[in-house]
Amino acid sequence: MSDENVERDDIAPGFLDSPDLRDAVQSYVIGFVLASLLTAASFYVLYTHLIWGPGIPVALAVLAVAQIGVHLVFFMHITTAPDNTNNILALAFGVLIVVLIIGGSLWIMHHLNDRLMPMQEMMQMQR
Amino acid sequence: MSTSETLHERDIVDPYRLGRAHAALHGGREYATGHGEGGPASKYVIVGYGFWIFLLSDIVMFSAFFAAHAVLQTATAGGPSGRDLFDPSSIALETACLLVSSFTCGLSAVATGARSQLWVQVFLLITGLLGLAFLALEARDFAGMVMQGAGPQRSAFLSSLFAVVGCHGLHVSAGLLWLGTMMAQIFVKGFRPNILRRMLCFNLFWHVLDVIWVALFTIVYLIGEGR
Repeated sequence: MSDENVERDDIAPGFLDSPDLRDAVQSYVIGFVLASLLTAASFYVLYTHLIWGPGIPVALAVLAVAQIGVHLVFFMHITTAPDNTNNILALAFGVLIVVLIIGGSLWIMHHLNDRLMPMQEMMQMQR
Repeated sequence: MSTSETLHERDIVDPYRLGRAHAALHGGREYATGHGEGGPASKYVIVGYGFWIFLLSDIVMFSAFFAAHAVLQTATAGGPSGRDLFDPSSIALETACLLVSSFTCGLSAVATGARSQLWVQVFLLITGLLGLAFLALEARDFAGMVMQGAGPQRSAFLSSLFAVVGCHGLHVSAGLLWLGTMMAQIFVKGFRPNILRRMLCFNLFWHVLDVIWVALFTIVYLIGEGR
């Protein structure tokens, strides 16, 4: 890698700090194999009867989070090393906002749904 | 690089290199670039980090679409639901296209590290063709749904479906334009520092597209199919 890219204290996100070509390719191959397995597992979970029905969305969510982790580590080279502190902190803040938006929306809308009259009853009252 | 002794000392005092401890130890001159002491990090790191923050904001925008879709998933207004509309084999094929393209995009980054013009072009070309295949499959799905009368105006569920999947599709289209530009720039200008920075950002962009697709096929298609 060129001299400009060699960084002692910080590292750019997505930059693989490995001068060895084989190590670099290996990282992507491992990531690809793991991601393929997790994707296949997601599609398998949907059509299997091994998992209790209402548990399927939870299983799918767990598999998706695992796969996103694989992408972050093996494709984007985000690590827990000291040179990645800034990248990890930015990512953690992003994840916090995403969890607040999705979790908060589902939580609030679920409660609103509970308090609303079912649509059919409402139609009958209007008649 | 300093001697191994000072390196050792500083790693114990301040393993995460937050700056103050080894600034005190070493007069605050040399270490902790990018942490407010020792000067800014190199342009490569700053550009990569800035683009990383943009991508995270993009993910936050997608999370709003996902939240809307998760809330509206059952609001079909008597129209077709996900179970009636989705073709799992088509979704699986799209997923495979994008996953393999993410892999070949990573290999193009390795080839960039090795400064191999030929392999960078080969891997970027494969990445682009897989991206095109993905877009073609998605367009076919969309056209099929609209033909069945299940367009975005049919129900709130379909509006949010077309919004979130279409937004991802637009990102892939923009990524393809960028990919073509990168191929031309690397061919004409070679591996200059500014081209290397653009290549880093393009790689991050393409990998994040795949991460969003993972969330998308799980939330929209697989969980939607199970309902």
